[in-house]
Amino acid sequence: MATTLTLKELSKKEDLLTHGHRMCSGCGAPIVVKQLLLASDYPIVAANATGCLEVSTCISQYTAWKIPWIHNAFENAAATLSGVETMYRALKKQGKLDKEIKFVAFGGDGGTYDIGFQSLSGAAERGHDMLYVCYDNGAYMNTGIQRSSATPIGADTTTCPAGSVIKGKTQPRKNLTRIMAAHGIPYVAQASPSHWKDAITKFKKALDIKGPKFIDVISPCNRGWRSRTDDAILLSRLAVETCYWPLYEVEQGFTKITVVPKEKKPIEEFLKPQGRFKHMFAPGNEWLLKLAQEEVDREWERLRKEAGSE
Amino acid sequence: MGKVVAVTGNEAVANALRQVNPDVCAAYPITPATDIMQRFTSFVSNGMVDTEMILVESEHSAMSACVGASAAGGRVITATSSQGLALMWEILFIASGSRMPIIMPVVNRALSAPLNIHGDHSDTMGARDSGWIQLYSENAQDAYDNTIQAFRIAEHLDIRLPVMVCLDGFIISHSIERIEYMEDEPVKKFVGEYKQVYPLLDVEHPVSYGPLILPDLYMEYKRAQHEVMTKASKVVLDVASDFEKISGRRYGLFESYRLDDADIALVILNSAAGTAKDVVDEFREKGIKAGLLKPRLFRPFPYGEVADALKSAKAVCVMDRADSFGGFGPLYMEIASAFMMNGNKPALINKIYGLGGRDFLPEHAETVLNELNDIVKGGKVKTHKEYIGVRE
Repeated sequence: MATTLTLKELSKKEDLLTHGHRMCSGCGAPIVVKQLLLASDYPIVAANATGCLEVSTCISQYTAWKIPWIHNAFENAAATLSGVETMYRALKKQGKLDKEIKFVAFGGDGGTYDIGFQSLSGAAERGHDMLYVCYDNGAYMNTGIQRSSATPIGADTTTCPAGSVIKGKTQPRKNLTRIMAAHGIPYVAQASPSHWKDAITKFKKALDIKGPKFIDVISPCNRGWRSRTDDAILLSRLAVETCYWPLYEVEQGFTKITVVPKEKKPIEEFLKPQGRFKHMFAPGNEWLLKLAQEEVDREWERLRKEAGSE
Repeated sequence: MGKVVAVTGNEAVANALRQVNPDVCAAYPITPATDIMQRFTSFVSNGMVDTEMILVESEHSAMSACVGASAAGGRVITATSSQGLALMWEILFIASGSRMPIIMPVVNRALSAPLNIHGDHSDTMGARDSGWIQLYSENAQDAYDNTIQAFRIAEHLDIRLPVMVCLDGFIISHSIERIEYMEDEPVKKFVGEYKQVYPLLDVEHPVSYGPLILPDLYMEYKRAQHEVMTKASKVVLDVASDFEKISGRRYGLFESYRLDDADIALVILNSAAGTAKDVVDEFREKGIKAGLLKPRLFRPFPYGEVADALKSAKAVCVMDRADSFGGFGPLYMEIASAFMMNGNKPALINKIYGLGGRDFLPEHAETVLNELNDIVKGGKVKTHKEYIGVRE
């Protein structure tokens, strides 16, 4: 019997990522993981790329995972899980296993957009029945906030520090969700922990679709974003409302915007509460804010056109 | 009971893999190992095995998928060479550190640069410290027999470690030899049913693989791995003894060839040992007490047994088909260590030969044995390490 999507019903389900894990207070990633685990009506076997989530949930003789979980290396969560999923098919075919099991990989943006991209692309093309969830906090947070290809334009990181000559990251972020959609896989989506119902609906949908699925979830990091500890939900909501992080899905090639903000807020509202963008508000740097806004506008318009809602 | 066939080394290995019928195979093409997987996928396409293939986008993903599949709880194989093994390097350590009994034939090939597709041992010697058990094969028969035995060794409940079966690129992988195949049934019976240990797919008993282990316990894990490795030699011998019963072919940790009373000896791996044995015979016919030791198990290395086998030799040349630039060849370093263990100190020299597929000819072995003979007769060691068969 599928769980109905009310907070009351969801609160009755067991937490499969236990309390006592060592993620920072206010981190977005465990919220994303818990939302996914709540969404599932099936047993899940998870793979985890090296990163914050991995190092903080399975240290030494302790594990926070109440589901089967495997960490292999940084760049190979998708390849690793493709091996697990293939063994599952092999044993099922031989009649050695009959359970319905779902396979989910978790990776941060470094392990997904950058070093793990080849492995992800390969697994997507091979058609494994698995869901890859990227918790995207826009930098290599585990190693101390270095720039990744998911880092937004202008952001101050420890490897693209905002200086007197170079003002943070000079390139716009890679649009991995689009790239994954271009693989022609059955389901691709963007989600945000602020819109839990939208997120859980997408997770549920993805788990029920056969084949490779990819969901990119914005995951605020108060250390890297230099924001208040308890602002993960506020900031991820602002990311949606400014259209910096549009909530949409691409199902069998057709794009649908799942949450249209009532009013598209200016990008400053998302940037302002974050210390990583502080320099963009300094006098003389208005051009940076303009650049960031133009980037959001261009992408939002393109997406609306793609979704046929212009 | 067996069947005599004329096949290449790759064909023999592929046939061994078919007979074992593993659950999952990850494959990525690389010369000269490609042929193994071409043959194996044709077994898959024609329903001759139950194996599910993962045709990955790189060797890094091949080994990563193998780790995932092995953790999931079944028998897993892949094969590679050279650059492919180098690309897997990171995950080789994870496979062994996580105690995954993956079987991987490695068709030995030189490493770039310069690019070269031919046989030498640079690739597997580079993976020497990866925690994999390494078996070396002189010919197609060895490669076939080692492949079958590798499953029993890797999956032994005292061991649970991955095994590389090494054979020389082109010289063995692509040359047709006469070998003896066993029937399918005895091979299947010999290898037996795969025994799962903490399978990831057991959702009722969830396990976590790949934890972060900090200085408080990391070293205890590594010592445990070391201790498991020390048990491998016994298992290799036990498996060889069982194998002899069904095949009639005897395997040890190494082959001792006319060593009992030898004054001079060569230590040499893989295909070149075949050439060198003929030359040893010629020296014996001339009344010179020559012998040869051909390691089979390189990791773990049987130091004590090797030193014991070489105890009568007064001068020994270790022939390396790989170099550790700025050091001695990797096999030399093991033999030197072995002698340190029993206090035996023959004159010991190192020759680097056959890199990038350069032919190893009988006259090379002859020159080296003559040099050893001169040393025994009172001559001095001129050079401790030297490249042979090389243009000046």
